[in-house]
Amino acid sequence: MKHLTEYRDGEKAKRLAGEIQRLVTRPWAIMEVCGGQTHSIIRNGIDQILPDKIEMIHGPGCPVCVTPLDVIDKALAIASRPDVIFCSFGDMLRVPGSEGDLFKVKAAGGDVRVVYSPLDAVKIARENPDREVVFLAIGFETTAPANAMAVKLAHDQCVDNFSALVSHVLVPPAIEAIMNSPGNRVNAFLAAGHVCSVTGFDHYRPLCDRYKVPIVITGFEPLDLLDGIRRCVAQLESGSAAVENAYPRVVSEQGNVAAQTLLDEVFETTDRNWRGIGSIPHSGWRLRDTYRNFDAESKFDVAAICTRESTLCRAGDVLKGAIKPNQCEAFGKQCTPRTPLGATMVSGEGACAAYYNYGRLVPLNAPDTNVAEQA
Amino acid sequence: MADKTPKSSRNGAGDPIDFGGPVCPVPLQDYPNVILGHGGGGKLSAELVEHVFLPAFKNDHLDVLRDSAVIQLTGQRLAMSTDSYVVRPLFFPGGSIGDLAINGTVNDLAMSGAKPLYLSAAFIIEEGFPIAELKRIADAMGAAARHAGVTVITGDTKVVEQGHGDGCYINTAGVGVVPDGIDIAPNNARPGDVVIVSGTLGDHGMAIMSVREGLEFDAKIQSDSAPLADMVAAITEVCPDVHVLRDPTRGGLAASLNEIAASSDCGIVIEETRLPIHPIVQSACEILGFDPLLVANEGKLVCMVPAAFAGAVLNAIQADKHGSNAAIIGHVVAEHPGVVVAKTVIGASRVVVTAIGEQLPRIC
Repeated sequence: MKHLTEYRDGEKAKRLAGEIQRLVTRPWAIMEVCGGQTHSIIRNGIDQILPDKIEMIHGPGCPVCVTPLDVIDKALAIASRPDVIFCSFGDMLRVPGSEGDLFKVKAAGGDVRVVYSPLDAVKIARENPDREVVFLAIGFETTAPANAMAVKLAHDQCVDNFSALVSHVLVPPAIEAIMNSPGNRVNAFLAAGHVCSVTGFDHYRPLCDRYKVPIVITGFEPLDLLDGIRRCVAQLESGSAAVENAYPRVVSEQGNVAAQTLLDEVFETTDRNWRGIGSIPHSGWRLRDTYRNFDAESKFDVAAICTRESTLCRAGDVLKGAIKPNQCEAFGKQCTPRTPLGATMVSGEGACAAYYNYGRLVPLNAPDTNVAEQA
Repeated sequence: MADKTPKSSRNGAGDPIDFGGPVCPVPLQDYPNVILGHGGGGKLSAELVEHVFLPAFKNDHLDVLRDSAVIQLTGQRLAMSTDSYVVRPLFFPGGSIGDLAINGTVNDLAMSGAKPLYLSAAFIIEEGFPIAELKRIADAMGAAARHAGVTVITGDTKVVEQGHGDGCYINTAGVGVVPDGIDIAPNNARPGDVVIVSGTLGDHGMAIMSVREGLEFDAKIQSDSAPLADMVAAITEVCPDVHVLRDPTRGGLAASLNEIAASSDCGIVIEETRLPIHPIVQSACEILGFDPLLVANEGKLVCMVPAAFAGAVLNAIQADKHGSNAAIIGHVVAEHPGVVVAKTVIGASRVVVTAIGEQLPRIC
């Protein structure tokens, strides 16, 4: 795989960081929207080689993390039924709902299976006609086409024992919600390359024009991310705001037209609740009426499950930099990585979990430092 | 945080938005029942041992939590170890459950510096399991034992009803003799020690994953199942003062390094650019969102030796047929005790953590 070497070259990374350093004259906050980009930034330590004036804000683009608590609780309720084979992508198995996770359901006898494609779930449904097979269909525009294909296939082949618990979310409304937020500090966005490989990027232009914010379509390798950041800084410093494609090897302006057609046939937009964020209008997809028979929420009568997140949690204030994690009253008491109340403690890379896990290394009243920098 | 009441009970549009970085969740760790992650070699496995087994069996030998216990008997020091094998599928590229059952216990003994001698073999077989397959497994075990220079001298067979097993489970226990002057233990790492791995990382875990999940890659990934006692003998010959040897199986190199850092009260720094990883394994990990540092190995060791011996030990390992890809990957430091840090490909740093349970393919 060429990208393992070509886009991870340490010397080129330093050169790009140097270019960013030369360009930047004032503080800028850049949000990487996608969880995959966040993962790459943390894993490679990209934030450590950026100038101090550049702040990376981690966006709401991890579909696992923003799946609302009530969807997880609905998944647990359905998966606990003896007549159900519950299929999911791997990392959803360990997302805590209010009463446990899918691993817990599996350990209690539930038939929970990891699949690599929603089409595998349709196959399992064909092979088990006397069982109900449910697929947990979460994700952004990237995973949605395959999920749409699975529903359409089940519909066309009359696989009536297949259904999907759908909780798809969309990037552009999230960007709009962030820009409209009173506490917004974001000056530019790195848009998610894989999302744009499906959708193209024409629909980002109105956002760019309305909010005068640079949006750079960016990949996931270290050099991709540094190049995306460099382009954002160049635009910000010159006072321009445009949509730029820094990931042309994967993304075209029109995107995957066949996938878009399929998505439009199977899904329609709906308001969606985002864990750790709140409700964002028109930010999700649900099944159209034609495919409503394949909607697990209706089929298993779990629509009424409604879960409140903890009011003790001050993750929002932590994320906005208003308080340090240890200044939250619940920190280390009601809220720990074992019993997370909010997204920042749910995550191994979240600010609260980092403070909790590395508190023995970083004085809790000290400014944020990265323990790795001491190495 | 703002009220997160679902839209069904609030106005929705116009609410204040909390934004920021919710990233991949960590699992709950308080389970009333055993989950698969308790067998993954990560934090859940460690908790099970710490909270269930150690209090029940408490003794000085067990509390050290070595790959094998070392006991003094009639003037000789004996190493003793046991391990169970529940791999699926039973036959995979590069080996079988039979090879693993011999090599795994041989390697656990070798990590104490012992010369493995005798093994037991106990089989739990599911009703209906083909005798022909059982014979293949037994033959593979025999061949692996001869190759490793050990003898299977006792055994047991149990049959469980159909549906109560996964074809065939095997337990092996073994004993070996620890030469005089050898003191190898996970809490022996010292600042200044050099960290060496004996070859490519993650081969076994990804070989199993590829066949279990029907994933096709450009080339077949082979398990690295192999006995390491000869390699250990070569290491101790050139460096009797080996501080630590570890067999990074379940939980991968990350789990081993974190255990060593914690029990030695030292920090460890490794360099990602020095990690030997087969390109196909690296690619498979990229596709699934796995970290090769957390993937199981079955024919690799990690050792910590005084810096003065690093070159000699590396040469000794590379001279062994299972060690041609050995590499120096880092060093032990006095800073950040208990924490493993990786220097990344772009020259930055990250903390290397132990997996909670098993790695799961990532959606994002």
